[in-house]
This record gives sequence, C-alpha cells and structure tokens, in this order.
Amino acid sequence: MAALGLYNYWIVIFLMMAGFYVVIAQGNLVKKIVGINVLQTSVFLLYISMGKVQGGTAPIVVAGATSYSNPLPHVLILTAIVVGIATTALGLALAIRIKEAYGTVEEDEIHAQDESL
Amino acid sequence: MIAPQIASQIPLALSLAIPLAGAVGIIAARRTPNLREAVTLITAGLLLLAVWSLLPAVLAGERPALTLVELLPGVAIALRVEPLGMLFAAVATLLWPINSLYSIGYMRGNREAHQTRFYVCFAIALGAAIGIAFAANLLTLFIFYEILTLSTYPLVTHKGSEAAVRAGRVYLGILIATSIGLLLPAIVWTWHLAGHLDFVPGGLIAGHLDGPLLAVLLGLYVFGIGKAALMPMHRWLPAAMVAPTPVSALLHAVAVVKAGVFTVVKVLVYVFGLESLQSVPSAQWLLYAAGFTIIAASLIALHQDNLKRRLAYSTVSQLSYVVLAAAILAPISAIGAALHIAAHAFGKITLFFAAGAIYTAAHKTEISQLDGIGRRMPWTMGAFAIGALSMIGLPPAAGFLSKWYMLLGALETEQLVAVAVIVASTLLNAAYFVPIVYAAFFRSERAAAGEAPSHGEAPRPMVIALTATAALTLLLFLFPEVPLTLARQLVES
Amino acid sequence: MIAAHLPALQVVVPLLAAPICLLLGRGRWAWAFATAVSWLTLAIAVALLSQIGNGDLPGYAFGDWPAPWGIEYRVDRLSAFVLLIVSGIAAAILPYAWRSVAREIPPEQQAIFFTALLLCLAGLLGITITGDAFNLFVLLEISSLASYTLIAMGRDRRALTAAYQYLIMGTIGATFILIGVGLLYMLTGTLNMADLAIRIAPLQESRTLHTAFAFLVVGIGLKLALFPLHLWLPNAYAYAPSVVTAFLAATATKVALYALIRFLYTIFGVAFAFDAMLTHWILLPLSLAAILSASLVAIFQDDVKRMLAYSSVAQIGYMTLGLALVSVTGLTAALLHLFNHALMKGALFLALGAVAYRLGPVRLTGMAGLGRQMPWTLAAFVVGGLSLIGVPLTVGFVSKWYLILAAIEAGWWPVAALILIASLLAVLYIWRVVEVAYFRPRPAGAEAVTEVPLALLAPTWALVLANLYFGLDTRLTVGLAETAAAGLFAGVAR
Repeated sequence: MAALGLYNYWIVIFLMMAGFYVVIAQGNLVKKIVGINVLQTSVFLLYISMGKVQGGTAPIVVAGATSYSNPLPHVLILTAIVVGIATTALGLALAIRIKEAYGTVEEDEIHAQDESL
Repeated sequence: MIAPQIASQIPLALSLAIPLAGAVGIIAARRTPNLREAVTLITAGLLLLAVWSLLPAVLAGERPALTLVELLPGVAIALRVEPLGMLFAAVATLLWPINSLYSIGYMRGNREAHQTRFYVCFAIALGAAIGIAFAANLLTLFIFYEILTLSTYPLVTHKGSEAAVRAGRVYLGILIATSIGLLLPAIVWTWHLAGHLDFVPGGLIAGHLDGPLLAVLLGLYVFGIGKAALMPMHRWLPAAMVAPTPVSALLHAVAVVKAGVFTVVKVLVYVFGLESLQSVPSAQWLLYAAGFTIIAASLIALHQDNLKRRLAYSTVSQLSYVVLAAAILAPISAIGAALHIAAHAFGKITLFFAAGAIYTAAHKTEISQLDGIGRRMPWTMGAFAIGALSMIGLPPAAGFLSKWYMLLGALETEQLVAVAVIVASTLLNAAYFVPIVYAAFFRSERAAAGEAPSHGEAPRPMVIALTATAALTLLLFLFPEVPLTLARQLVES
Repeated sequence: MIAAHLPALQVVVPLLAAPICLLLGRGRWAWAFATAVSWLTLAIAVALLSQIGNGDLPGYAFGDWPAPWGIEYRVDRLSAFVLLIVSGIAAAILPYAWRSVAREIPPEQQAIFFTALLLCLAGLLGITITGDAFNLFVLLEISSLASYTLIAMGRDRRALTAAYQYLIMGTIGATFILIGVGLLYMLTGTLNMADLAIRIAPLQESRTLHTAFAFLVVGIGLKLALFPLHLWLPNAYAYAPSVVTAFLAATATKVALYALIRFLYTIFGVAFAFDAMLTHWILLPLSLAAILSASLVAIFQDDVKRMLAYSSVAQIGYMTLGLALVSVTGLTAALLHLFNHALMKGALFLALGAVAYRLGPVRLTGMAGLGRQMPWTLAAFVVGGLSLIGVPLTVGFVSKWYLILAAIEAGWWPVAALILIASLLAVLYIWRVVEVAYFRPRPAGAEAVTEVPLALLAPTWALVLANLYFGLDTRLTVGLAETAAAGLFAGVAR
C-alpha cells in the first residue's frame, strides 16, 4: 500500500521514461522536442511534489495557518520552466532552419542527404 | 669565492647562447649567402672557443654549474660540466667548424635548395648536443635530446622527395616512439624512486631498486635512448642517410649518435652506478645485446653496396662498442668507452666526408663504382684509408687506443664473450673496409660505356676538411692525454 | 570597495554586457564592446586570484542573504584556476573574432553572435564561481543555450543538425543534473554546496543519495563528452564557426570537468564518491577507452577540424583518467591538463581558423603546400601539435609528466603504458598534417594563398607563446593545481 501512496512518484517515473523513450525512438525532430518537454515536465512534478507538506497550506501568512508548504521548490521550478521554454523555443527554431536547409525534419532523410554529398 | 664561479658560468651560458644567436643571425643574413656562411663559420668558431675555454678548469677538477630555470618543483633545467660531457662537447665543437667548411663546399657544389633552413637547423642541433653534453640532470638531458630529434628532422627530409619524407617518418617514428614510450617513463620512474633527477657519481638510484626490476629499468633506458642505435632500435640511422652528406657526417656520425651513447654511458655511470650494476647479474643482458648488435650490424654492412649505407651500419656497430665497453662495468673499459666516443667521431666523420667528396666530384654512390678512384682523388681516398684504419682499430689511428682499453677491461673481468666479440668484429671491420681501399688504389678504372670520367679532386673546402679530420685521427693516437685524463676522471669520480 | 564585489562582477559584467551588445547593433561596435568586456573579466579573474594569493577566499552573498539561505558565490584555488583559463581564453579569442567573424558570419547576425558569446562566457564563469547547486544548473543552461546558438551559426548546413543533436544530448544531460540536484535538496533541504557537503556526510547509506549521485555523474558526463557520451562533440566542433570551435573546445568541456570535480570532491566527498561508489572503476575504463579509441579515430579523419575534435575527446579522457587515479598527484595532473589542454586546443583551433579564413572548410588534402605559403599559421599549428604530443618545454609535457607520475605512484603500469601509446598516436595524427603541409606541393590549379592578417595571427601566437611560457615556468599552474588538489582531498576549501 505504501507504494501506492507514493503515486506522484510513479507518475514522475512514468512521464520521465515516456519522454526519454520519445527522444530516443522518434526520428522526427519536432517530436523529439515534445519528448524533451515530457521529460522536463516529469522533473517539474518531482520538485513540486517534494515541496508539499502534509496538511500545509499555500505559503502565505494568514491567520490560523500553522503549517505551510515549502515555497522554495516552486521558485526553483519556475526557473527551470523558463529554461525549458527557452530550450523548446531554440530547438523548434533549429528545426525550422533545418526544414529550410534540408526540406525535411525526418532524421533519416537528413542523414541520407548528408551521406550523398 | 664567487668570482671564479661566475667566471666559469659565462662560457657555460655562452655555449648554449652562441648556437641560438647563430641561428638567428643566419636567418637575418638569409638574403646574402656569403654573409650567411660567414655567420655559420663565426658561430662555430665562437662556440669552439667558449666550450674549449672550459676545458682547463674541468681538467683541474672543477665542475662549472649553472641553473637556468626551475621547470617542475624540485627539477630545474640546469647545466653542470663533468668530464664525459666535456669530452663529448669538445669533440663536437672541434668538428663543427671543419664540417661547416665542408658543408659550404658540398651545398654549393651540389646546388642544394633551402640552404638557410639547413644552416639554421644545424646550429640548433649543435646547441642541443651541447645541452645534452652539459646537462646536470635527467630532465634537462631529455629536453635537449628531444630538441635534437626535432631539429634534425628538417635536415633528414631536406630533399623533400618522397623517399626523404618516408625516411623522415622512420627517423622521427623510432626516435620519438622510443624516447616518449620508454625513456620518459624510465625518467618518471627514477623520479618516483629517488625523489630527484640530478646525476650523482656512484648512481642516482643506487640503493633504491635492485634485482630483476633494475634490469627492467635498464632496458627502458637503453632502448629508450634510440639514438644509441642498439638493435632493434637502429633502423632510423640507415634511413637518415638520405640527408645531405654533411648532415650524415657531423650529426649521424658524431653529434646525434654520440649523444645517444653518451647518454647511455652517463645513465650507466651516474644513474645506476657501475658498482651497483655489478651486483645485479640480470643486468648482464646489456653486454649480450651490445655484442649482438656489433656482430649483426657488421654482417649487414658487409652486404651493402651503397657507400653511405655501409658506413651507417658500421656506425651502428661502432656505437655498440661504446655500449659494450660500458656494459663490461670495469673502470678501465669505461675509459675505453669514453675514448671511443672521440676516436670514432674523428674516424667516421672522415669517412663520410670522403663519401660526400666522391659524390660531389664523381657523382658515385655505390662501392662497386669506385675502382681506381684513388688515383683521381688521392687526398680523399688517403683520408678514407686512415678513417678505415681507425674503424678497424689499427695503429697509428685513434681507434686502436679505445679498443685496447676495451680489451683490457674485458680480459680483466674475464668477460670472454666480450673478448670474442671484439676480436670477431675487428676481422669483420677489416673485411668491409679493406676491399674499398684496395679497389680504389689498386684496381684499374672501369670506363663506363660511352663516357670518359674526367673528374678530379672534390672542391677545395671539402678536401681541406677531410684532410683535417684525418689528421685529427692520427693526432689523437699520438697525443691522447686530454681525453685520457677526462676519461680517468669519469671513472674516479 | 569594489574588491568585495569582484566575485559577483565576474559573472554580472558579461551577463549584463550581452544585451547591451545586442543593442549596439552594428557588427564592429558589438565586437569592440565584447572584446573590452572579455578583457575586463580577465582582469577580474586575475584580481580574484591575487586576493587568494593574499590568503583569503573571496565570497559574495547575493542580496545579503547569508549562506546557506541565499545564493553564495565562493572562490577557492580550484575555481580561480578555472576562471583564469576561461576568461584568459575568451580575452585571447575575441580580438581574433573581428576578422574571422567578418568572414564567416553574415553582418546582420554579428551582433547576435557576440551577444551569444558573452552569454556563454557568463554562464561558464558562473558555473565555476557559484557555491549553489541549483544556480549551477541555471548557469549551465545559460551557457549551453548560448553555445547551441553559436554552433548553429556555422556556414555549413550540417552545423544546424550538429547544434540540434547537441541540444538534445545537452538538455538530457541538464535534466539529469536537475533531477540529481532535486534529489539532493529533497534529502538535505539545502542547495548550498558547502552546506550540502556537511549534511550529506552522515547519509552515506541513503538510496536517494545514490540515485542523485548517479544522475549527476551521468548528466555532467554528457556535458563533459565523457566516452561514450561524446557523440555530439565531433560534429559540433567540426561545423561551428572557427571562433566558436576554439572557444568551446578550450572552455566548455573544461568547465564541465570542473563541475564534475566539484560534485565528486567538494559535495559528495572522496570517501563517498570513490570508496563507497567506486566511481574510479567506472571512470578508469571509460577514460582509457576514450583515449585509445578517439585517438585512433582521429588518425583516419580527413576533415582536420574533426580530427582535432576527436583528439579533444581523447584529451578529456586524460583528464578523467587523472580523477580515476584517486590520488593527489592524479588530481593535480587532471587540473593541469584542464588548463594546459585549453591552451593547446585554443592555439590549434585558432591556427586552423586562420587556414579556414583563407581556404574555407579545411580538408587534409587542401592543406598541401601551405607550410610555405602561410608559414606563421602553420608554425603555430606545429608548436600546438608538439604541445599536444607532449614534447618538453611545452605545457603538454608538464601535464603528461604528472599523469605518468600518478600512474606509476599507483603502481598501474599498464595505464602508464597506455598513456604513452596514446601520445604516440597523437604523433601520428599531427604529423599527417605536418607532412601534407610541408612536403606536398600546392595542388595544380589551386589559387595561391597568402599569410593571414596580423589580427588573426597575433591572438593565435599569443596562445602558442602561452603554451611555451607555461611549459617553462610552471610555478603558477603547478602551484595552484597541487594546492587545490591537496585541499580537495582533505575536504577543505583552499
């Protein structure tokens, strides 16, 4: 039962593996970026769930609240999300440039074009 | 007390600075060949003065020393003149002016290209040889050893032809592979064992290592010093013969190869110590390796028709005399080793000068073409005969003396193998040198089809040079006091 | 007054300079500004080093929040050493960038180029100076994103795919690092490196700690191009603009190595990283495989930039090998090689960049006969190559000396032998270029080329002379590396 109680971690691990698999297995450059996003999202969830304190409320001082969730992981992950967006934007920009240069975003077709040079 | 020390440091510093300054001067004078050659000759003359001015002090027992820069904590690039190094440096610097004179005749006579590069590399190589001779510790020696390898590479590949590039590959390949692959770990190991790298009379690692591991370290050193051309590390020497003859003469009969055997002797005496080696039976293998090289190289030389290649294999065999003499591990044979460094230098440079003179005057490179050439080139072939005598070890040439001391040492320690090797190789030396002299003087010339040979002697500078070195070979036999004193100091220290 | 703020300025100056650079717009102005900034960062690094020489360890608490709550920058000998080489390389490369970038980057992109270069520099310096594990991740991403952009600016379209590949691999690496840092925070509730080290010490058996360790080592290994995670590197180096290749080859992997050393020694500690997790038994075979396989592959490359890129993979192997020897001498060797390899590869890639300035993409056959036509450039290449081989009087000899000494001290003879064999492989691939450049004639019909302008030669030779200078006068490098290594082993900041 303890294992089920940690369901948030199971979700994290599932998302992580799914994202990782997509990055490795997909030949489409845009889908790879999606995979990277899923992988990163799993880490965001990991951080957020570690900040949760049982019975704690949002970390805003209000009367009657004695226990607060830890705000630091949220702050950290806000930064990580920004970084993730930047990575996604750059990756997609590169994909567009590759599409312009090669006329495709499929990895094996790009390889074939470079080989034939 | 300070004043005399500084007085001896000045020529020591100069003996490194002069070749470097000479190299710069040669580059500066590259547009006017006469000035450039004058710079070479002046540099050679100044270096001779600087090095020989150290000789009286060293003979009197002084050891001038100079620290240049601390490279790693505890190891500096430092110079210290000891007897053996003095002998090596004196021989090399005495021969450089003569060789420069000869080079001018040869390079102009054969209209070689890139002469500035040639003289610059030559000057740097000589400076590196002096650095090896005067090195105060293993690291300094190693640094100059590598500089010598790199500075002679452009000389070996001077012609720029496919054959020259291939020979350069062998040259650099063997010398760099042995020095980085074997010598460097040997030095690091020594540093790890002893905590310092200074040459110490009696042995730097004496007492730190014994038994079979000592024999292993000895192997790393002796084979790592590829310039000593102990088989199977000898292949670079015949390959280097593709270079212009002045290079073969001064560098590959004197400076480079002597740097090799000099380093071997130095390592045996100052790193291992003769006495501590005597107590390790497994170190005996060096004697057999040297003996094998002497005989095998002589046998190969016997089959070479190309004159320079025969001389090269003769050098391989003669170098191992020095190693053999040192490996006998008796003080008296160590004297022989030191003497042979000088004796072989004078004799072999004469032989190479003669080969180059024949090539310049008659464009002949093969021994079978030399019938009757002695009558057209009497000075050249006369000098060749004296050089050959010295190689065989007959009086009145200097080679007799060094072989004599080696034999005495071998008999004293009852190393019958060494005695047998020396005797057998003397016969082999005679077998490959006497026929050349005989054919040159006593066979009649064979007129090649359609052309009448019309050459005479080689250009005057070349003849003067080879006569001078032949005379030195005889003089060394008659007046061996200075090298003998130095060699004795080496053993006594 | 300013002296107290130097640790912050080291990163803040290039970070703030980057957007200004973008606003300057025109290529020439952006270049001049970026160059001035790079020299200023070098001056700050030297000033920090001299503060350490005076006996104190400069630190800076952002917003006056004391550590472990606030973000803290902390400078010890290790970080000062890396700061010096990173800012020094930047200061040498930016003057070179003027002519090289004018040739290789379209005018409208030049301001963006210098902006990205400054961001990359700021990120690399930040990784080196920060005392906060999460801050390290952020700065790592700043430098990485900037370097993906820089690589993609290469003229060849394959630069795009190379940058993309690097982006994917780099982001996976960074995400792993993020996971590792997150797990450490979960375990200890702190992100300050010094504080982490104290809190981790009693938790050696924790499964979470082991997981964090594994994620961090693999993540940094990706950034470091540790064999077999190096696949992104050869293409990225080969197709990036010349300046970028020289800059990244000399600094990016070095800073990743710094991060690895920081995590292994300062945060996890020698006892956990090596005695418990046996990291050296992973690093050792990987390092040896990197050294041998990458050297062998380098021999067969036709593209000279690629050849040097594979050589870099091999040289990174030397550095991690120094770590794997787990001794003060081994760590000293790794640190020395970190510094020295930056100098060698910087000089070599700049020399190649000069060739590319005249010839475009550098294939081996295209270099035939250049020894005569571009004597200074090729001479720089030869000296850099000799340094790579490890010839005495160059920096390469110093690091090789310590590496062999460390192997012999440990009694690992086969390792010493492999190091030497690999040096000989370096002779092979360097000499291939030398022979072609000096002994082959220019191909018939090829246009005559002349020596490159002084603006390219001077920075190249500055690095070449640094190779020789630090090969002769080793007091600074060996002194710093030895003290830093001893301090890391003792677990104290020095």
